[in-house]
Amino acid sequence: MRKIRNYTIAAVLLAVWIFGYVLDSGITNSVLSSGLRFGMPLALAAMVGIMCERSGVINIGIEGTMLLSGFFGFYAGVYTKNVLIGFAAAIIAGITASFLHAMMTIVWKMDQIIAGTIINILASGLTSFLYVAGVTIPNNWPIFDIPVLSKLPLVGESFFSQQGPIQYLGLIFIPFIWIMMYKTRWGLRTRSIGENPGSADTAGVSVIRMRITNVVLGGAIGGLVGGFICLELVGSFSKEFTAGAGFTALALMIFGRWNPLGAFAAAIAFGLAQALSTQLQIFGVQEIPQQFINILPYVFTIAVLAFSAGKVRPPAAAGAPYEKEKA
Amino acid sequence: MKLRISKDALVPIGSVLVALGIGAVLIAAQGHSPLVAYKVLLIKGFSSVAGLQETLSKAGILIMSGLAITVGLRAGLFNIGAQGQVITGALAFTFIGYKVQGLPAPIHILVALIFAIIVSSLLGAFVGFLKASRGVHEVISTIMLNSIMAGIVDYLAQNQLKQPGQPNTRTPDILASARLPHLFGWPIGFAIAIALAFALSWVLKRTTTGFELETVGRNRAAAWYAGISVKKSIVLGMMLSAAIAGFTGGIYSSETTGYFVPAFYSGIGFDGITIALLGRANPIALIPGAIFIGGMRSAQSAIQFESGVAPDIINLLLALVLFFATAPFLAKLLKSNAKSVTTTSGWSS
Amino acid sequence: MILLEIKELTKTFPGVVANEKISIEVNKGEIVALLGENGAGKSTLVKSVFGLVKPDSGTIKIKGDVIEYGDTAAAIAHGVGMVHQHFQLVQVMTVTENIILGDEPRKGAFVSMKSARQEVIDLSNKYGLEVDPDAIVEDLPVGLQQRIEILKALRKDIDLLILDEPTAVLTPQEIDELLSVIKNLAASGVGVLFITHKLREVMAIADRVVVLRNGKLVGTTTPKETDEEGLAQMMVGRNVVLRVEKKPALVKETVLEIKNLSVKDDRNLMAVNDFSIEVHAGEILGIAGVEGNGQRELVEAVCGMRNRVTGSVKILGAESPNLNPHDVRLMGLSNIPEDREKDGLVSTYSIAENMVLNRYDQPPFANRGIRNFSERDKYAEALVKEFDVRTPSFHNLASSLSGGNKQKVVVARELSQDSKVIVASQPTRGVDIGSIEFIHNQLVSARDNGAGVLLVSAELDEILSLSDRIAVMYEGKVVAILNGEGADRQHIGRLMAGLKE
Repeated sequence: MRKIRNYTIAAVLLAVWIFGYVLDSGITNSVLSSGLRFGMPLALAAMVGIMCERSGVINIGIEGTMLLSGFFGFYAGVYTKNVLIGFAAAIIAGITASFLHAMMTIVWKMDQIIAGTIINILASGLTSFLYVAGVTIPNNWPIFDIPVLSKLPLVGESFFSQQGPIQYLGLIFIPFIWIMMYKTRWGLRTRSIGENPGSADTAGVSVIRMRITNVVLGGAIGGLVGGFICLELVGSFSKEFTAGAGFTALALMIFGRWNPLGAFAAAIAFGLAQALSTQLQIFGVQEIPQQFINILPYVFTIAVLAFSAGKVRPPAAAGAPYEKEKA
Repeated sequence: MKLRISKDALVPIGSVLVALGIGAVLIAAQGHSPLVAYKVLLIKGFSSVAGLQETLSKAGILIMSGLAITVGLRAGLFNIGAQGQVITGALAFTFIGYKVQGLPAPIHILVALIFAIIVSSLLGAFVGFLKASRGVHEVISTIMLNSIMAGIVDYLAQNQLKQPGQPNTRTPDILASARLPHLFGWPIGFAIAIALAFALSWVLKRTTTGFELETVGRNRAAAWYAGISVKKSIVLGMMLSAAIAGFTGGIYSSETTGYFVPAFYSGIGFDGITIALLGRANPIALIPGAIFIGGMRSAQSAIQFESGVAPDIINLLLALVLFFATAPFLAKLLKSNAKSVTTTSGWSS
Repeated sequence: MILLEIKELTKTFPGVVANEKISIEVNKGEIVALLGENGAGKSTLVKSVFGLVKPDSGTIKIKGDVIEYGDTAAAIAHGVGMVHQHFQLVQVMTVTENIILGDEPRKGAFVSMKSARQEVIDLSNKYGLEVDPDAIVEDLPVGLQQRIEILKALRKDIDLLILDEPTAVLTPQEIDELLSVIKNLAASGVGVLFITHKLREVMAIADRVVVLRNGKLVGTTTPKETDEEGLAQMMVGRNVVLRVEKKPALVKETVLEIKNLSVKDDRNLMAVNDFSIEVHAGEILGIAGVEGNGQRELVEAVCGMRNRVTGSVKILGAESPNLNPHDVRLMGLSNIPEDREKDGLVSTYSIAENMVLNRYDQPPFANRGIRNFSERDKYAEALVKEFDVRTPSFHNLASSLSGGNKQKVVVARELSQDSKVIVASQPTRGVDIGSIEFIHNQLVSARDNGAGVLLVSAELDEILSLSDRIAVMYEGKVVAILNGEGADRQHIGRLMAGLKE
């Protein structure tokens, strides 16, 4: 039944897309590509949540991880005048933050929600203290069209033109995580330690090692997202630039049922909603005050959760530290 | 009893020292003198009568905000959105404070406070309802509500509730009849906060409602089995937490700010999280931490001027204190057996 | 040939010595039964062998090689397979995925589900244990889940099979099947270490019996040298009466009437289906059935904790409210829940607080919403004494108690209010024999004092020895109501399995 419903929804969306494209390809393409631009960082941030929660660790520190990595990525890029080094620094910062999270939740078995909060508060304190105003990155990060693909009808201009490398990378990376999660040993084991760590442990898989690895890998992705936002999308670091995006990503993860492709679809839908609201402003709907446009993503997040959270099943072991020895 | 308290205090004190150590390195790395900075930060708020008065005024607000988080934690709820509830309560209080005329002073304050409590607890009820009936985790919904309320409050303060003829986003002044007086310069808000802490401690411990909240916080299945309405307790716990946060915003407006500008209130709700966790979700035990942080916050405006260090150093120090106080390795090192705080585990409602 | 050699193994948990210098050998083709009460240290011992628990001292040798502490992978590599007491299955995954976990067949970078599936089919044919490789585990009844656990253990060519209380959730017929599978394995040369506290199974299958008590090895014997009474005495350390003494029931009016009750489980499937039964004052009505046939949902619905889709529950003739455990209790119902850790206790509360958990808001423990601690403490002190809860003080946390004493707290709380209806689910699960005896006597005396007891238990022996009438539950329905006196074990077993006469 659910399959039929999903196919119906997909078919309707496709029809709307083609209709819009035929009617006015310019607007349709621009809404789609800015939807993708809004949605991609959230989709990638949701991957951090999926990596952690599928293996049984709730990570509400995505926000702080992105903040830290955006910070270190940006300033490393500024001072070395090399955006690539900036990205490397961002990923290292993400790994460091998530390693701290892994220590707190997996090794010290702290409350996972509190551990994530500590990451967020630490990140906010550190970045706001070390913040230096008025610097800009060297302008050598490319925005380009993908040859051949960008010439395709319908998808070409919206998906494959005038974006940066990470934006394109995301289009490959998210399906890659899906394949890893559902088709490989690593994925099977990851999903099983998120559901019942005992099952993997008794089969000779080290739960602790695997969880730490996954959380840290998730942190690397979070670092990439931080760098992506500051170095590719925005081109600057501002205090608290994440503004709740890490939490929105978690909501999208839940809405996408902890499935990488589901979360990606949710993030794109979310990005489209944002893109549309920007279009509304351009097209003379001036009466809506700026503040209300700004809060739309947050209202949307709550609405999404209100209609999905109670109905979906999180990984059964998420939130609980693994105690190997119970008397 | 005495011995236990002093031993439990080892971890917070130790974590303050470690945090100051790390902070000193960072300050020195920026080319400033940690000694000068810490002198301002740690002593200014306590070294003069005026400083102490300001410290206690700040501390009173922080105690209340810490209590808001604490009552949530005790019911198994992590109200990360106290910030949004504080500004909502503050604007609600300010609105009654300038709009309603002709009420005698204590009544005016009371009416405005009640309005602030009603508005903010409605916000809490919404979050509680989302959790109890739709399974939406309060951490996400309250974070989102922080941004939503910030937007709405900003809009109101820029339009309907704006002081006419002012270029900036601000409301008119709260009338004198809705301003809390000072007792020879000492803040009444602090006394109210202490009273609230003891009252809350009593409610949690001695009343059946408190027992219901606490039981739901510790074991929902057992609470339901014992005949406690879990959903009702979740909504009530969230309402109570938000009400205290709104009350905090009201008192702060009445005693300190005198009119509403969103930026006045930044950080109050988040400091409450730090204070509640440092006090391990105990209404009385959080008081010393709140006074300490109140001292630092009241010295915040002076630190840049007197030492050149960015005032954000306080956020960093508090984050480090929180980290070292909650992570167990310092506790192990100091052989304290204080248990770390837990909220709820997992996403399920 | 010695397969497994445990020497002087010691393991302590905070406050408890779980194993003290235990030495055991298992030979090729031999079935060794490890017998002991709950808490005797049996599970800890075999978990050490399988690397799930790190012992403090002692050596574990498998086929002559010393196995390092906590090295599950090494144990598996040495040909050890283990069937766990609590199923180690991933509920949302398929049978195949569960069986291959940890050593997945690959094709290139990917898991080859095709060859995995074939492997499961071959395995199930080889041992005659039929399973559907594509079924989702949570959709399967417990008996089949158990089978998956066994197939998981048998997948590698194992030399030593450890079974930790594998029969706890099976029908008598399924137990017989399992025992014959074990015998065949032993005949083919596999060494078996079989943990149980059921004497009947030991007598039926073991070549050698090793008995543990309080973490110590107290003796080794063979079924030929002893009988069930003798084994029980070794296990408990004193003479035990295996039968509950009780007077004939004096049945009076109906106190609990369940009519056409239907209830859904957590997955929204109908778990209790048009269920009707009456319990009278002065009788114990036992509900026999394999776990997972709707017993839990039945109990929760009766106690007002789970939504009743249709039907009614009357207590002392009055309609009881749906989804309101509080008011159901006030009508005179007590409930000993099946999961004391989850439902029955708040482990971070004191014993005293737990003693009034269900009446915290009733006088004299509270007045107009204000609690009265001195009344609570007086009451707790009396109950701790009366129900023999072993603790230095009732101010101690419930988590500090042993399993048996925790259960005594729950039983004390529930039986001390003279309710006319008592619902008891698995009232002696995981408690020592001394506490079992005590709890059984308490239930019988509640019945003699005129209460109606609805007893739900997965232990058929418990049902048989306590019940005045026995209702057999299968797939959410009552399939038969029998007289407790002279009820036939095998007959009930067939009914539990859903077999028609």
